[in-house]
Formats: sequence, C-alpha cells, structure tokens
Amino acid sequence: MTIMSASLLPVASLTLDPLSDLMQLTAFPFMVNALEAGTIVAVMAGVVGWFMVLRRESFAGHTMSVMAFPGATGALLIGLPAAVGYFVFCGASALVIGLGGSGAHRHRGEESAVTGAVQAFGLACGFLFLGLYQGVLAGYENLLFGDFLGITRGQVLLLAVVTLLALAFFTIVGRPLLFASVDEQIARASGVPVRALALAFLLALGLAVAATAQITGVLLVFALLVAPPATAQQITSRICASLVLSVVLAVMITWVGLALAYFYDYPVGFYITTVAFAAYVLARVGRAVIDDPTLIARRLGLADASA
Amino acid sequence: MSVAPAVRATGPVDGATGSREASSEPAGAVVRLEGAQARIGGRAVWSDVSLAIGAGEFTAILGPNGSGKTTLLRVLLGEVQLAAGGVSVLGGAPGAEKGLVGYLPQRRHFDAGIRIRGVDLVRLGLEGARWGLPLRRSGRERVQRAIERVGASEYASRPIGRLSGGEQQRLLIAQALVSDPRVLILDEPLDSLDLPNQTAVTALLARICKQQGVTVLLVAHDVNPLLPYLDRVVYLGAGRAAAGTPGEVITGEALSRLYGVPIEVLRTANGRLFVAGLPEPPAHHSDRHAGHDHHER
Repeated sequence: MTIMSASLLPVASLTLDPLSDLMQLTAFPFMVNALEAGTIVAVMAGVVGWFMVLRRESFAGHTMSVMAFPGATGALLIGLPAAVGYFVFCGASALVIGLGGSGAHRHRGEESAVTGAVQAFGLACGFLFLGLYQGVLAGYENLLFGDFLGITRGQVLLLAVVTLLALAFFTIVGRPLLFASVDEQIARASGVPVRALALAFLLALGLAVAATAQITGVLLVFALLVAPPATAQQITSRICASLVLSVVLAVMITWVGLALAYFYDYPVGFYITTVAFAAYVLARVGRAVIDDPTLIARRLGLADASA
Repeated sequence: MSVAPAVRATGPVDGATGSREASSEPAGAVVRLEGAQARIGGRAVWSDVSLAIGAGEFTAILGPNGSGKTTLLRVLLGEVQLAAGGVSVLGGAPGAEKGLVGYLPQRRHFDAGIRIRGVDLVRLGLEGARWGLPLRRSGRERVQRAIERVGASEYASRPIGRLSGGEQQRLLIAQALVSDPRVLILDEPLDSLDLPNQTAVTALLARICKQQGVTVLLVAHDVNPLLPYLDRVVYLGAGRAAAGTPGEVITGEALSRLYGVPIEVLRTANGRLFVAGLPEPPAHHSDRHAGHDHHER
C-alpha cells in the first residue's frame, strides 16, 4: 500500500517539471500498471457512481464495497484468487439487496434495512473467514486500503473487460435508467421496466465495486464511486456535461493520488480520498455560495451576533 | 362508515355553468366505462360504474379518501384490469397508446438535491422510455414548445429540485404534454400547491383543455378552484359512482342517493358549494400522504 522503501528504488522527487515528473512516474512497470488500472477503474467509477449518486443508492454501494472484504478473505480461505471472491460476494449482495429490498412497489426504507443487514452479515463473515484462515495473512490491510503497486498485467486486462461491459450496459440502458432514477412513477407509467432496471443497476454497481475494490481497497471504493459524481453534479446540472465531468474528475483524482503516493511515501488511499474529498467540499461550498450569494455574509453575521 | 361532522368544500354550480350542461352524454366518447367493477386485493373498490367523457372535456373525479379515485385512473392507464364490465380509452384498450395519454401521478416535491434541469425532465417525457444514452439532443423544438405551452421557459433550465412546487408542477405538465397526448390524466395536481398556484395551474389546465382540445381528467380533493371550468364530474363513494355534469351530480339529491345518507349541498353568496354530511371512511391518514398509489383505493 505504500511505496517500497527508498533503498530499493532511486529516490523519486517531485520536480514540478511535467516531463521529468511523468518520466519518473512511468519509469517502472508496476507504476505503469497502476496508472493504467487506476485510469480504467476511474472511468468506470465515474459513470456507475454518477447513477448511484442520482439514485441515492450510496448505502447499497457502500455495502457492496464492504462485501469485498468477506469476498477476498473467503477466496483466500479456499485457495481461489481474491478477484473471484470479490465478484461472487459483490454480485450476491447486489441480488439480495435488489430482490429483498423491493416489493411490488419499492420502499426506500425497506431497502435500506435489508442493505444494512447484508452489510453487518458480510462484515461478520469476513472476520470469520479471517479467523478460520490459519496462516498469517500478510498485508491484509491491503484488502481494506488498497494495493496499487502489486497490480499485474492480467488484472489490468480483467479491469478493462469489466469496464467495457459496464460501459456497454450504460450505453443501452442509460436513458430509461435516468428516467427511472429521477421519476420512478412516471417512468413506470411510460413503460420503463423500473424493477428490472433497478436490479440490473445494482448488479452493475456490484461489478464496478468488485473491480474497484482491488485497486482502492474495500474501504476506499467510495472515494472514487461517490466523490467525483457528487462533485460533478454540484458543478453542473446538465446531464451530459455532468457525466463527462464525473469521469474526468475521477481520472484526475486517481492520477494525482497515485503521483503523490509515488513522490511522498504515504498510503495511496489516503491521497485519493483526500483529493476527492477536497474537490467535493470545494464544489459544495461553491454551489451553496452561487445559489445564495448572501450565505457567507449571513453565516458570518450570525456568528457575530452569537459571539 | 361514519358521517363526518366536517363540512367538505366542493364548489359552485352557478347558472352559467348550468346552461352549458345541455347533454349529459357526449357524442364521441374518448373515455368510456360500462358496468365496470375494479377489485384490489380481492375487495371490490367500486362496482357498476358507467361513464362517458367526450373529446376536449374537462372532468374532475371527486370523492372521499379511499373511494377508488386513483384506482379509476389506473384502470384508464391500463395498470389495473377491470374485474367486470368494459373500458375504452380513445376507442381502444387502456394503455395501448402510451404516447396519446399523458399522465401525472400524485406526488411529493422533487428532492432539493436532485440536480437535473427542468428541460431534461421534460425531454424524458418524449424519449425517456427508449433505450440508449441520455445524451442525444433530439426533439428540441417539441421540448421547447411543451415548455412554452405551460409558461415555464423562464426557469426550465434550472435544476428541478431548486424550483417551487408550482414551477415543478408546470414542468411536469409540460413533460406529460411533450408527446402531444390527446388525453391528460392527473392525480391530485393541485394537492400540494398554495392557493395562487392552484388557481394558476387550474387556469393552465383549462386553457390546454379548451384551446388545444386535450381531454383533461383529474382527481381533485378540493374542487373549488376547478368549478368554473368543469364539464363533467365523477363522484365516487360507497363503492359506486355518480357521473354527469356538475349540475346533475353535485346536488343534495344525487349525492344522498349515491352515499345512502342525507347530504346537503349549500350554496354561498359567491357561488361556492359546500357539501355537508359527506361520509368519510374511518381515519386512514396514510392514504394521502404516503404517496404510494397502491394505498389509495
């Protein structure tokens, strides 16, 4: 999760000369793999997350990201690649949330209760698997906080395939999914298969989470799934611009996070979440001020009055 | 069934309205029910309902909570099948011609956090059900025209969550109108609006109905703002319906017959009507506030 110790590597230092920095960043294959995988994941997270934020399904997304933890430990326990565990557990939880949380008419409250139950059970399973696993699980915090540096060509390829599948899915269902997300009732009356779309979206989200978790770790999936779309939606309410901006932001956040982690020896997950969170806070504050220019004055005025 | 002590407001049937009501049976009916019965969960919501609504008519569906107003709309949309009797919309089966019937469900407001522009919401009414990406900028003229029809051009490019209830309602009407429907079905479109907006939206619907020839059917809880424009009234209650012109239906005699209890219709000096003694089902508040259409029977 951190850059290898300095003794193994030539000392990398940020020169602020773009060309020299870029050359340093791409000097090692592991870093090229990391940049490629990060970019692919960011593109997918930017799109899937955009719909997730619009549909108010962040809790479901969070739960699926937690499911990557029992997925990885479970796979380890029976000797399968961690990626298999990610996809199986994330996909299964998507099905449970999608089917269990929706009756003839979807009640958000009910879905949230099912989601919470799934999350608690998933976490418990993860710890059980960890307990059952007799050997020492080296670097299991990488499961939680991500491991950009051990990415293989095979993983990059897998990510690319998953991302292409996800993008193809959204190319087909994008418009009706948007309709169902904004106005479920009218969409249903217009003939949009609202329930089927809701389930299909949760499955796509599970797929995206499983893929993203391998890069950012279980706990930091959220940085890429939530922050860029939420930031983009604050900046513009145009659908097309907001989707594109969400992807651009996700890619930029990933690059900046990776570069910082390369030059300064702290966990990459920390950099990515910090940059993502900062972008969201900026956009949110900016939006509040633009929508209501007197906001700051009033807040300060209130502070003065109470002081 | 208890007799509610509360006086329920309906509205005026004045001389002018009465004179329009020459015939209670329209010539070419756009919406027709004959001996219809709807059942939900094994229980008959209403039975033996017959009505006919002509092209370009303005119709209000009235009745106490739980009397089956929304169910009637869902029958007309093809979402609920009749248990008995017949129904036709635009001469065919309900739900067959989705583009020709615009629909506005009962609703709460859009969440303030929804960052989708009004104009994009209207466009969804045109092509939202079609597969593909929501990126194409097709149908611009039709979207623009629908927005102009409801007078929402000024704020249509702002995020829907930032608009007032009246503005949101106008854009939703534009969304329902964008496919150029011949019938517009609205479930309590005035319910969450303040009085000036109720008046304005009613006038807008009446204009769409009278000037553009769209048949408008709406469920209303308070019929007062509608009465100057109404051609036809459907009163639901006690598992039955009384349909006809306001002059025929909103009378003490007709409503007493429908509900089987004595009901008085009082006329105020300014022409408003108050229906006194209308039976209400036992208090069942979730009906109108849960916002889920299956609660309203």
